[in-house]
Amino acid sequence: MGASQSTESNLTASIQRHLSKIVVAPSFAASLFFVYGFILWTGYMAFSKSRMLPVWDWAGLRQYERLWQMERWHVAIENLLVFGGLFIVTCLIIGCFLAVLLDQRIRAEGALRTIFLYPMALSFIVTGTVWKWLLNPGLGLENMMHDLGWTSFTFDWLVNSDMAIYTVVIAAVWQASGFIMAMFLAALRGVDQDIIRAAYMDGASLPRIYFGIIIPSIRPVFLSAIVVLAHLAVKSFDLVIALTGGGPGYSSDLPATFMYTMAFQRNQLGVGAASAMMMLATVMAIIVPYLYSELRGGKKNG
Amino acid sequence: MYLRKTILATGVALSALATASFAHAEPTAEVLHWWTSGGEAKAVAALKEDFESKGGKWVDSPVAGGGGDAAMTVLRSRVLSGDAPAAVQLKGPAIQDWAEQGALADLNDVAAAEGWDDVIPAAIQDVMKYEGDYVAVPVNIHRVDWVWANPALLAKVGADAVPTTWDEFNALADKLQAAGITPVAHGGQPWQDATVFETVVLGLGGPEFFQKALVDLDDDALKSDTMKAVFDQMRKIRGYVDSDFPGRDWNLATAMVMNGDAAMQIMGDWAKGEFLAAGKVPGKDFICSPTPSENGYLFNVDSFAMFNVSGDDKVEGQKLLAELIVGEKFQETFNLLKGSIPARFGVSMDKFDDCAKKSEADLKAAQDAGGFLPSMAHGMALRGHLSGAIVDVVTAHFNSDMSSDEAVSRLVEAVELAKD
Repeated sequence: MGASQSTESNLTASIQRHLSKIVVAPSFAASLFFVYGFILWTGYMAFSKSRMLPVWDWAGLRQYERLWQMERWHVAIENLLVFGGLFIVTCLIIGCFLAVLLDQRIRAEGALRTIFLYPMALSFIVTGTVWKWLLNPGLGLENMMHDLGWTSFTFDWLVNSDMAIYTVVIAAVWQASGFIMAMFLAALRGVDQDIIRAAYMDGASLPRIYFGIIIPSIRPVFLSAIVVLAHLAVKSFDLVIALTGGGPGYSSDLPATFMYTMAFQRNQLGVGAASAMMMLATVMAIIVPYLYSELRGGKKNG
Repeated sequence: MYLRKTILATGVALSALATASFAHAEPTAEVLHWWTSGGEAKAVAALKEDFESKGGKWVDSPVAGGGGDAAMTVLRSRVLSGDAPAAVQLKGPAIQDWAEQGALADLNDVAAAEGWDDVIPAAIQDVMKYEGDYVAVPVNIHRVDWVWANPALLAKVGADAVPTTWDEFNALADKLQAAGITPVAHGGQPWQDATVFETVVLGLGGPEFFQKALVDLDDDALKSDTMKAVFDQMRKIRGYVDSDFPGRDWNLATAMVMNGDAAMQIMGDWAKGEFLAAGKVPGKDFICSPTPSENGYLFNVDSFAMFNVSGDDKVEGQKLLAELIVGEKFQETFNLLKGSIPARFGVSMDKFDDCAKKSEADLKAAQDAGGFLPSMAHGMALRGHLSGAIVDVVTAHFNSDMSSDEAVSRLVEAVELAKD
């Protein structure tokens, strides 16, 4: 009896000791399989001859060669650069500016913060559809201006092949800048008030205090914001589908919409997988240095 | 003891039940499709009723969304896991793709018993067969090369019919434009651009050229001067379209013709459904006329491919379904609901409207003249990656100021790249 009791308590003790690991294990295993497993699988598909169905025949770099010979892929990549660059920079500027304004201890700050943050609660499909209506020359802004009597007003970016990608930037910035504002606002509130008071004492002007002291001290937030925005940009799919459908033509295609078209509409699994790997590489190029600097920084502090 | 008795009794009852259901195994067919709304849903319901009245058990697997993309993703995983549905809504060369994988069932005995070789148009038989064996059944024929016109607007510039050459078409469109009427209603989506493109190829190049360029992908045809002329004509049509066209859905473009906002639309005969649903009368409120061509006819045929299934009840169900689909009764009811025409000869056209009757008459004329051709824009002529490459170039040209020369050289390059 005594022996069995002690094994029982041993068992309980060891369960208790490993409980956290046991609880985490299923989701860890699932993400290992469904995320990393499928990344490996996609990686292999990009080297295979797959078209309609996945096959295992080795094709070497052929799918990547075909990918880079496609005019449409080049358009998608250029669009990603334009969209990603403008989206990140504009969101940072607007987000930071709004945060500074809200930081002035104004009245109704809570209400304003909610209003600015609210777009983030919408799905990209909703944002895309609403902006599609607003920007459509026959329905939205242009039509309204014409009705008001300003007949020379034109704003046809949505239907103009060269400008369509900028409408995606507008909608995306509208959606994400409130979120960036919230990040900055939290950081601004975390800045040591004593330093600011000391600067006041020394007679520094308000802009000077922001540019000289506060903004440099919240530099890590910039990095986090850029990482968040960059991966939003790379994986952008639903916004483009809802807003422009990749059009006119395929002029506002992004890599994600390109991948979907190839893999699911054109029976080109190989090329689709290759483009997915290129997107993964793009995200890695942003995330890995960030993680590296974070982890190294952690060690230094620890 | 009591417990044991109950178990025994239940066991006997169950096995009796099993035998009973085995003896009366109904022919069963699972049907994967994406006809989930409007006339299409009604048309599928008609098939289901027919099938059930013959004692079959219908397992409905509708997968809506993405114009069939979602259904194709489901199909892939079902086939890969060895559990294919009996019948799948598939069309064009996709049937050949699946047949190559050895996934499709052979329907030759049904075909022989029903005499399909005699009643199905030869060009459609080619699509339904893989290496001489029937693996799919056609449901309907949509004609793609139609012009839908508003007679009231045409009358304003003194025209009473849609022209029969592209030159006359341009002349009429210029007149309409001068009168302040938008000549062409168009939706700027790649497949719609491609629809217009292929009717122009058919009209300017003729059926033989269409076959060479868009079916055989003959290099000389693709880079010929005729193809340049086709792109020139596309540029002209671009000028006849209003400025808000990008992204517009086809049915909104149809509504423009209906409401008198534009004179003509080039679109397949599913557009007819929009007119009829609004209570418009063919010949009076709207005109249906083929796009300019010499006895050309571009077909878009929906079909069900029959996948390999195991079990007698399922094989029986599949055969029954195939027989019913090609049967006259179903072809009539389905096509009256869907707005297309029967995919077989010998069905009475009495109940069909004038546009459908014209479609049927033209079909026979086109077949005799060798102009009965598969649509490229609607996935009948080429496999997805090939037609996709062409559509990309067509839509890029239509939506920019690319020159015809550049469009032709890009077309040749894109096809070359997609081929290997």
